[in-house]
Amino acid sequence: MDTSIWAKMKTQPLLSVRDLSKFYGGRIGCADVNFDLFPGEVLGIVGESGSGKSTLLSCLAGHLAPDRGEVIFATTEGPRDTVLMAEAARRRLARTDWAYVHQNPRDGLRMGVSAGGNVGERLMAVGARHYGQIREAAVDWLGRVEIAADRVDDRPNAFSGGMQQRLQIARNLVTGPRLVFMDEPTGGLDVSVQARLLDLLRGLVREMGLSAIIVTHDLAVVRLLADRLMVMKGGYVVEQGLTDQVLDDPQHEYTQLLVSSVLQV
Amino acid sequence: MAVSPGECLGLVGASGSGKSTLMRMIWGNYLAASGSIMVGDVDVAKAAPREIIALRRGTLGYVSQFLRVVPRVPTVDVVAEPLLTLGVPVAEARGRAMALLAQLNIPERLWSLSPTTFSGGEQQRVNIARGFVHPYPALLLDEPTASLDAVNREVVLSLIEGAKARGAAIIGIFHDEQARARLCDRLVDVTQFTPKAVQ
Repeated sequence: MDTSIWAKMKTQPLLSVRDLSKFYGGRIGCADVNFDLFPGEVLGIVGESGSGKSTLLSCLAGHLAPDRGEVIFATTEGPRDTVLMAEAARRRLARTDWAYVHQNPRDGLRMGVSAGGNVGERLMAVGARHYGQIREAAVDWLGRVEIAADRVDDRPNAFSGGMQQRLQIARNLVTGPRLVFMDEPTGGLDVSVQARLLDLLRGLVREMGLSAIIVTHDLAVVRLLADRLMVMKGGYVVEQGLTDQVLDDPQHEYTQLLVSSVLQV
Repeated sequence: MAVSPGECLGLVGASGSGKSTLMRMIWGNYLAASGSIMVGDVDVAKAAPREIIALRRGTLGYVSQFLRVVPRVPTVDVVAEPLLTLGVPVAEARGRAMALLAQLNIPERLWSLSPTTFSGGEQQRVNIARGFVHPYPALLLDEPTASLDAVNREVVLSLIEGAKARGAAIIGIFHDEQARARLCDRLVDVTQFTPKAVQ
């Protein structure tokens, strides 16, 4: 048991979010968000369209500048507030310790570049220069996301939606990030393809000891992937806790409505 | 109430009296409004989510009546998963999973298939295999023999006896009276905890 990544799990949070708020003029994007994310944890953020979950994710990942609050990440040099970081330092973080998986693979891939190139490009961005090694790493990662080696020179245009999403995941994880942001990673995919992707993500999270923040409106996805859950409504977090506890014994009336609205299969 | 290592406590009471609710509170699935639930040195009623996750990973096992799994994942991997999250190497984890599946008479040709399409009794045995693949020091069993034939019921009863013998503290719900008599050292009637109308 002592050899497990969980036993080594540090008690220091990887990400600490304090009073994070973002306003669009007079309207609330997200407000007063507080949470700690620990290494190896997967946090799900659920809510309806317009609940502020995507705004929150964008603020966390540095794509949007929050109006208030702190996003403290445990960098290799110690905890740093990424909101106050220089743009160059934040971009470096985005290339190394962070990864961002977009809902639409087209937003996270370069469609004119081969599959191998898409994966290799991120390695080159962190300084890899040896072509043979880059190609080897790319083929290895394509295999891990179940894309056959003979597709390495094909462009993503020639891939199905599910394959494109798996390629995007390979491109993001090849550099060994510690924190992955995912925006509706299984949205727009067939249910059967979703299942395969969920299984893949679960395995990768376990093997790499990844921490992840997943935004979705699909409660079935968070039940299977997330350790913890945050429920958002009107920009505010109305409830948070252990995923199965929030889903099976929801305390806030909005969560109760959300859970009872799910179609039973 | 309290349960000691190596002891099996049976929860009894009519349907709706709160047996499963109590069990789900101990598992951390239902939120306790007040009081404390100590599992080892963790108070489930007050613990942070990550403390409950750690507790479920290595200390507290739960065999529920329902199997909830990622679709399309092979049965052998469903059973091996609790070991993989503990860092057990894949080959060893699968080996232990296969041994348990064989012991529980799940035909080998089913091991590579997802259990989502299995019969009720088969799903229950997969759930039991998941709950016994790691030697949890504490176990919650919600009707583990409910839909099993005589042969498999006997296998499950001996698995539970084995867990008791190695020192596991067990809380169970058994509608099967013979199983209850054979396994339980003590019974707790949850009706005494059921909320009553104010007179």
